[in-house]
Amino acid sequence: METAVFIVCAAIVLAGALGVVLSRNPVHAALSLVGTLFGMAVLFLNLEAHFLAAVQIIVYAGAIVVLFLFVIMLLGVDRLEDLSVEPITGQRTLAILVGLGTFVLAVAFLLSSSIGPSGPQILTLDITDQSTYSNLRQIADVLFTDYVYAFEATAALLTISVVGAVVMSRRIARADQAQEAAEDD
Amino acid sequence: MVTASWYLILAAGLFTIGAVGLLVRRNPLIMFMCVELMLNAVNLTFITFGRELNDIGGQVSVFFVLVVAAAEVVVGLAIVVAINRRRPQATADDLSALRG
Repeated sequence: METAVFIVCAAIVLAGALGVVLSRNPVHAALSLVGTLFGMAVLFLNLEAHFLAAVQIIVYAGAIVVLFLFVIMLLGVDRLEDLSVEPITGQRTLAILVGLGTFVLAVAFLLSSSIGPSGPQILTLDITDQSTYSNLRQIADVLFTDYVYAFEATAALLTISVVGAVVMSRRIARADQAQEAAEDD
Repeated sequence: MVTASWYLILAAGLFTIGAVGLLVRRNPLIMFMCVELMLNAVNLTFITFGRELNDIGGQVSVFFVLVVAAAEVVVGLAIVVAINRRRPQATADDLSALRG
């Protein structure tokens, strides 16, 4: 069962990722991104990360992609992009070479790491055994003890980013516009 | 039986697609989406290793990555909106105002 779920979700994830990279229309790219994120959430469920699967749907598919779509609609950049022109000569060949190198290196590095039953056991509690402690409670236990300062820092980070976004996207009234508005009154 | 290696290879493939997209595409919005793909690949790696090493810290790290990704998207899209107001339909190649 796990194998079947993995194969289906891996196909969805990779197809969505290719859709993001290859689609000419930004709206289609955003919708492909939803597919990838959804497949990823199901893979998280497969890996017994129940809380993060829910957060993945709510935050990524629900909030971030909607934000992308809002900006696409707001700016009216949903025109087709001509992908047949290569802006810099040899850019795509180089990019694919770099990509292949990245893939080979990542696979070699990941597979040579010591994982599996012989790896170090950090917790005595089995994180996939949810009969005594649910996944959410296990995360909360660690998040509010070991990582509590990092958690507080994320609150500051989110506040700063919201303030920064407001400052950057605020329309600054020019002096002449203000004068016109004053004359209209 | 699905082993951890399958998940890791999938994550590597997803990261590669995101990286190539980031290098090839010129629309700033698509480039952001490719960054999201790469972040998701890393998240999958975190959770896979967290399960293999029996450490819940992997999932906590993914939680922080999600928060940082949300903040990054907010600021990044604000920059895109601000640039588009001044120079409509600008691609990443046109934004060379800070070039020395």
